[in-house]
Amino acid sequence: MSPSTPAKRGRLLYRRTFYVPAGAIADVGAVSTQVRRILRGLGVEPEVVRRVSIICFEGETNIAIFTKGGRITLMVWEDRVELFFSDSGPGIEDLELVRRPGYSTAPDWARELGFGAGMGIPNMEKNADVFVLRSRPGKGTAIRATVWRSRDERKGSGAGTRA
Amino acid sequence: MNAREVARALGLEAVAFPHPEAEVEGGFCSDLLSRAMAEASPGEAWITYQRHLNVVAVAKLKELSMVILARGPEPEPEVAARAEEEGVNLLRSGAGMFELAGRLYTLLSRGPRNR
Amino acid sequence: MRLCEVAELTQAEVLTGKELLDREVDKGCGADLLSDVLSVVEENFLLITGMVTPQAVRVAEVMNAAAVLIVRGKCPQDPVIAYADEAGIPLLATQKGMFETCGLLYSRGLRPTRFRRVSEYAG
Ligand SMILES: Nc1ncnc2c1ncn2[C@@H]1O[C@H](COP(=O)(O)OP(=O)(O)OP(=O)(O)O)[C@@H](O)[C@H]1O
Ligand SMILES: [Mg+2]
Repeated sequence: MSPSTPAKRGRLLYRRTFYVPAGAIADVGAVSTQVRRILRGLGVEPEVVRRVSIICFEGETNIAIFTKGGRITLMVWEDRVELFFSDSGPGIEDLELVRRPGYSTAPDWARELGFGAGMGIPNMEKNADVFVLRSRPGKGTAIRATVWRSRDERKGSGAGTRA
Repeated sequence: MNAREVARALGLEAVAFPHPEAEVEGGFCSDLLSRAMAEASPGEAWITYQRHLNVVAVAKLKELSMVILARGPEPEPEVAARAEEEGVNLLRSGAGMFELAGRLYTLLSRGPRNR
Repeated sequence: MRLCEVAELTQAEVLTGKELLDREVDKGCGADLLSDVLSVVEENFLLITGMVTPQAVRVAEVMNAAAVLIVRGKCPQDPVIAYADEAGIPLLATQKGMFETCGLLYSRGLRPTRFRRVSEYAG
């Protein structure tokens, strides 16, 4: 139960890295839709595809809006799908604050494009079975999100089940 | 129909409710402040997900009858305080924009001022 | 409700996906904020939005939405329409505003989508 780090089990089936340049707003969602198509092509379970795509969309958006650019690595294992997000800064000072629903520093121009609800990180966290957010202020932010492929290990989609 | 009646009919929770007697002339939906600035008309109830300070300013400027915050996190206390200060009716609901618009539309079209 | 009925009711122009208008939708989600759409917990809904950006169509794709109905007479640029076409997402555009569009569809029986409740995020 509740694995804090996924054990290195299962075979790696697919791996690919995507780059997200700073300010690439018009392209937001391009990585997520590609990821979705790749996962579907690999025959990954629809519920897993959906969750991973949502996580990817939110992570991709944040890199484009808030950072100097970064990358997203997709890894498909026999038993799980993982996304790694990393960017080259500015980093996040208060990790608790950014996890709070509604917290947003999105600039006005981003709000006019449909961003800035402050629900991105909460959405990512809620759709992942394991979510690890690390940041070094001034340096950059790294996020690892894991979605299990087998039903018993996956988080219930109903009421929050985690402590 | 006034804001109090709308609030009661839709089961809204008051965040700031300084003018419950304000007449609700219609509805308007947008999450973009620029659109609300450009397109909302006086007396309309504005249904939005946005819950930051500028919403209060726009509602005041456009003389809207009320702002209905669709489902989402609780607004910050300073938003409530500002609404009270500026005399802007600010209410919230657990329902999303589609449902709120649907119910308000139905409610208003039943009223005497049907188009 | 079928998409062709949605189009008729809202007097919408069909920008792409004419061959998919038999598609059934029974739920609607009205939003301009993408994170709001990304917290819908079901599929096959009608996304009603004032956004004509490519991101809006990509969100619909990621969420397996049935179609996108654009309000207020906004028209997306050709590449956005082409993308929706390729992704198999019908794009409709109505002159009516979001309020009236949602109101009409709701009163004709389209139901709201369910969302992840905000309280579920806590902790
Ligand atoms: N990679 C990042 N680097 C630095 N700051 C970030 C990063 N991602 C998020 N943030 C900060 O965390 C805040 C919350 O992020 P979150 O994605 O939850 O909301 P948002 O992007 O502001 O709005 P939404 O995602 O709902 O459109 C952001 O406003 C920003 O201040
Ligand atoms: Mg975000």
